[in-house]
Amino acid sequence: MEDLQRIIRAHPFFAGLSDAFSELIGGCARNVVFAEGDHLFRQGEEADALYLLRSGQVALEITAPGRGTMTFLTLGPGDVVGVSWLVPPYRWSYDARVVEPTRAIAMDAHCLRRKCEDDPALGYELMKRFVPVLSQRLQAARLQMLDVYGPDG
Amino acid sequence: MDQMAEPRMAHPLVPRVAHVRRRWRDGPDVWTLEIEDGAGSGFMPGQFNMLTVFGVGEVPISLSGDPADGNRIRHTVRAVGPVTRALARLRPGDPLGLRGPFGTGWPTDALDGRDVVIVAGGLGLAPLRPAILQLLARRDRIGRLTLVYGARSPDQILFARQQDRWGRRSDIEVAVTVDHATSPWRGYVGVVTTLIPRAVSDPANTVALVCGPEIMMRFAAAALTDAGLPETAIHLSMERNMKCAVGLCGHCQFGADFLCRDGPVFRLDRIARRLALREI
Repeated sequence: MEDLQRIIRAHPFFAGLSDAFSELIGGCARNVVFAEGDHLFRQGEEADALYLLRSGQVALEITAPGRGTMTFLTLGPGDVVGVSWLVPPYRWSYDARVVEPTRAIAMDAHCLRRKCEDDPALGYELMKRFVPVLSQRLQAARLQMLDVYGPDG
Repeated sequence: MDQMAEPRMAHPLVPRVAHVRRRWRDGPDVWTLEIEDGAGSGFMPGQFNMLTVFGVGEVPISLSGDPADGNRIRHTVRAVGPVTRALARLRPGDPLGLRGPFGTGWPTDALDGRDVVIVAGGLGLAPLRPAILQLLARRDRIGRLTLVYGARSPDQILFARQQDRWGRRSDIEVAVTVDHATSPWRGYVGVVTTLIPRAVSDPANTVALVCGPEIMMRFAAAALTDAGLPETAIHLSMERNMKCAVGLCGHCQFGADFLCRDGPVFRLDRIARRLALREI
């Protein structure tokens, strides 16, 4: 458990997290390993975890009828995968496919949500870390939507 | 009589005739022309020429070849309008009109001892290619060298084979990302700005050269300043509708500057305020 807490604190997403909070969320964490081609999760499934990537590469994908599967973001070491666990109805809205063998810390969403409800200070700490990620991804999505390299770019 | 013996300077508004030597495709609708320019006198990376297809029109196109290649110059063109489509149709031996080189270049002579981050988007790699080649030719004089490149999709990556070759070298780091991809692509997907933080390790000693669509450059400049680079260390190549290329006609006016004469390469601190203005 102590080792998991050390890994969590060493991950860029939780850099500077206090001992008390890392002990709290450490109880929700477990080490996971995925092989190339595995899925962390698929669109429509319950968003029951978030993943702190330690190595490897994961592609976030959407499949559209007639257009096949489209990758819209790849994530690697130091990144966090999954924000749908924060927002009802807690369902993944895309697939997360492993492109390169991946090691991660998986954090149980039910456990995290319960601890955040019990300790609003922990909830606020997590929000301060997730909102910048959401903001960066929203900004990136806007740029992708603008299709800046297209003929009108 | 003595006056007659003086070599005549070519008038900057009068094209000289040059000939296409080779042409090849570098992407969907993107063609590179190798041109024999017998009257050429060299160029600085980042400069542009005015190319004329006789009977069709004239367009400004950046030089994309190696400055060390002498009179054998290259231009990389996306065929999107009447003149660029006509340029892309030229065959070896065909004549074209050529004026230039014009404009300011990348500050490659002022990079000794510095880390260099090159951020390119789409066709914006073409004006940066001469700078990369020049820096690689004197690689021992600069610090870490990184190319961060973004394209719309894997099939639209410019100079893909050359980027692969650069990526296999140990003296340049190459990170390529695309905005969208389908399954066979195993590289990065996401906007080019996401790769910038890991390309900057010593911001106080890093210089960035940026070229691409203007909105991409705005976000890249913001990511570079977020990474700790001062505005004075960020250089952008701007694009406007250049016509005369010598600062007379005003078509490419950008606030107080004419892009053809005072640019296209500007330091960010000179133009940062104007980048945020509409309709300029």
